[in-house]
Amino acid sequence: MLTRLTVAETIKGLQEKQFSSLELTNAYLERIEALDKDINAYITVTAEKARKQAAASDKRRIEGNALSAFDGVPVGIKDIICTKGVRTTAASKMLENFVPPYSATCWNKLENAGCVLLGKLNMDEFAMGSSTENSAFFTTKNPFDLACVPGGSSGGSAAAVAADMAPFSLGTDTGGSVRQPASFCGTVGLKPTYGRVSRFGVIPYASSLDQVGIFAKSIEDCALILSYISGKDEMDSTSVPVEVPDYSVLLDNGVKGMKIGLPKEYFGEGIAKAISDMIKAQAQKLAEAGAEIVEVSLPHTGYALPAYYIMATAEASANLARYDGVRYGLRVERDNLADMFKATRSQGFGAEVKRRIMLGTYALSSGYYEAYYNKTLQVRTLVKKDFDDCFAAGIDCLLTPTAPTTAFRLDEKSNDPLAMYMSDICTVTVNMAGLPALVVPCGELGGLPVGAQLIGAPFAEEKLFRSGRVLENERLIPQFRNREGR
Amino acid sequence: MARYETVIGLEFHAELKTKSKLFCPCPTEFGGEPNTHVCPVCLGLPGVLPVLNKHAVELAVKAGLALNCDIQRVSKFDRKNYFYPDLPKAYQVTQFALPICRDGYVNISGKQIRINRIHLEEDAGKLIHSGESILDSGFSMPDYNRAAVPLIEIVTEPDIRSAQEARELAERLKSLLEYAGVSDVRMEQGSLRCDVNISLRPEGQTEFGIRAEIKNLNSFRAIERAIEYEEKRQAAILDEGGRVIQETRTWDDGKGITLSMRSKENAHDYRYFPEPDLVPTVIDDIWMNEIRQSLPEMPEARKHRLMTECGLSEYDTNRIVETPMLAFFFDEVIEAGADAKLTANWILGDISRLLTGNEDKLPIKASDLAVLIEQVKSGAINHSSGKLVLEEMFMHGGCPLEIIKTRGFAQISDASALQEAVLKVVEANPEPVADYKAGKKKAMGFLLGQIMKATGGQANPQMVREMLEKALDA
Repeated sequence: MLTRLTVAETIKGLQEKQFSSLELTNAYLERIEALDKDINAYITVTAEKARKQAAASDKRRIEGNALSAFDGVPVGIKDIICTKGVRTTAASKMLENFVPPYSATCWNKLENAGCVLLGKLNMDEFAMGSSTENSAFFTTKNPFDLACVPGGSSGGSAAAVAADMAPFSLGTDTGGSVRQPASFCGTVGLKPTYGRVSRFGVIPYASSLDQVGIFAKSIEDCALILSYISGKDEMDSTSVPVEVPDYSVLLDNGVKGMKIGLPKEYFGEGIAKAISDMIKAQAQKLAEAGAEIVEVSLPHTGYALPAYYIMATAEASANLARYDGVRYGLRVERDNLADMFKATRSQGFGAEVKRRIMLGTYALSSGYYEAYYNKTLQVRTLVKKDFDDCFAAGIDCLLTPTAPTTAFRLDEKSNDPLAMYMSDICTVTVNMAGLPALVVPCGELGGLPVGAQLIGAPFAEEKLFRSGRVLENERLIPQFRNREGR
Repeated sequence: MARYETVIGLEFHAELKTKSKLFCPCPTEFGGEPNTHVCPVCLGLPGVLPVLNKHAVELAVKAGLALNCDIQRVSKFDRKNYFYPDLPKAYQVTQFALPICRDGYVNISGKQIRINRIHLEEDAGKLIHSGESILDSGFSMPDYNRAAVPLIEIVTEPDIRSAQEARELAERLKSLLEYAGVSDVRMEQGSLRCDVNISLRPEGQTEFGIRAEIKNLNSFRAIERAIEYEEKRQAAILDEGGRVIQETRTWDDGKGITLSMRSKENAHDYRYFPEPDLVPTVIDDIWMNEIRQSLPEMPEARKHRLMTECGLSEYDTNRIVETPMLAFFFDEVIEAGADAKLTANWILGDISRLLTGNEDKLPIKASDLAVLIEQVKSGAINHSSGKLVLEEMFMHGGCPLEIIKTRGFAQISDASALQEAVLKVVEANPEPVADYKAGKKKAMGFLLGQIMKATGGQANPQMVREMLEKALDA
């Protein structure tokens, strides 16, 4: 089955001409056709464009002009990442018909490497959510159990890879939006260091926290892909000019001599005991492979979640202000300007987006700025310092749970925003500190996957891959439980 | 009636003379069809990011140097949030907490006005109304050509005490920015804009009164008039025991009055916060030195040079340096080889006269003036012809040699031709000749006039005088 292959296996198959990119692409398009009416991972399937790109790729390969090893490899892209000429909605009615005249740098790099775009993946509207239930269009289901959420906000990206509807996908991670769905859907998920991957062309939720991330079927794939999409971009002032290594060659260097920290704050209250136990068992595996396991403390962790929700919503309130009906996107006509602004924004945004815009606007308001926004800046400094102290003390990576639970049921938390926000408790600190973190599937509980989170120092993705390889198991294959009529 | 002291602070916005916008490569050129100088970045499309224009930073630093500011080696941008159709992102990127320049000053007659800060920011677009104004328009359309054009905002301390001081400061500031090469500073094109903050307080009181902010001041004269109007308006309120409302007012130049725009209660809460899409602007020593060295000659240094190297009087020097356009022109003319003193005479005399009413553009080329000056100096044409040539150059353009030729201004300096004309006039006018010989020296003037007439004004007057004196004294 072509669609079950990893990216590395796919590259090999293409190079050895076992199959063509068109055959591969058609296999994916057929699988999407067959499965996605149940999973709902894709907002837009770009079948025609994909077949054209695949045919062009095959031609290049025959002529010996392959653009890269990736030439002809299909990909799914979260619908918040702009794809030139292809509708990009951010899962919002506001941008339902928005076709960007430019591509995000990360997609541009993949396209220039010859990748084939299968389509655009579902998500929580403007990346605000942890279940993909906030999409303005439909809810994506967890391929392991269709009665459960895939996580969010990049739920479509996770579900597509888990269900073999894409060999890999790109998502974005502002507070866990790659890692939590990767954990829920049993894929590898990477949130790179802030500044590692350009944000140009990625519709922002919270600019100082957003980072493009990867969903893949293996750590090797993740490493391969990261090398392609990383690097300083002149179009993104916050991208960092740190050299991009070939991550895939360092994978099997092992963890001998590495010091891995278990931060005690991540194993306490609010985290399901079965999950804590499972993560601790992973520590044992790392120890057996020669790593030293030490318990550490990140004392300001408790302040991170509330601070995160103030900081992220404050930035979002400004980032989403441009959707005013004047230049592009939805406009609800009214007789005067103020009414047009109000009607457009009232009808264009969903409930959670409005809630966050209001929270953020409040936090920045005169008289509240000091008490809220300014405090979050202080918390951010402290959270970052906790991590810095750990790494300065010789810790190479931290090992934690990714989410307090396995995938929860559809509608379980959708009416309880606070409960929903709590599902980000293990992931937001990483964004606040701008660190890289890798989620590795490490087993299942009640038929639902559990991912372990490895957190590294800035630009230490390589160490995450090395540690992750030690934990990596045979890939979990979803069973599509509760699939109606099957 | 109580006597009041006026307290004024000014805020200037100057458009920086960069080729491209503050955060994208779009041109800043004035004019153009609406929405042709735009791209996804300055239109605020989803997902695009700003990239800071380094040249704008350099110009802002130069402005700071020109106004004696402390240049901040680390400055940051913030977002200023408000909804308006001319603002593509619904926030303006500006510097709120950490501006690029602080604590400067400008000297005006006998007084120093402190500059609080200079910060960099992006301009908004503009609305084109279907009617005369926004009030009588069925619809308006945004033009984003100006959106994200780089601006500096210069904020003074409330050190100004009169309309005259305000005007003098504005004029001085315009001249300094022009010398620094920072901005075109054209008030009528909007590349220099001024807002006035004004309050009154009873004389002797130390705390400030309640202020009004006046916008829409498009000329130095408007600044002066608006302040004078506002002094009377606020004094009248205070005289009656009333309170001035803290509000923003707009200047109606036609009616000569200020009108309320919005009160403090309706003031925006801009919700400033750090712009996360940009990193702090850091100016290291190397860059700072480069900027410092590229700062053009400022007025004091220029005055010194004009007096010591060009030998101009203090009076002439001050008059030239007062107007940057003339000072730049002066340099160009002497660079083209013209004598400095003669150049100063021409510029302060005929050229200034011809410029009256159209002060912001010189229609002649420096090299042409240099040629004209040389023609007069060498005696090829006389001074009065030179004036006519200059007028022609102002009105219709063209090079001076061409004009001299076609208009037949070339001066007759051929001694034999002149001698003939002199003798003819002496012969034809026996009476004045006799008068002269009898001691009526005035007759000389009449005879000279006759000779000039006979030669169509082209005779070299110096030579004619000498020849005539010789002929009469013979």
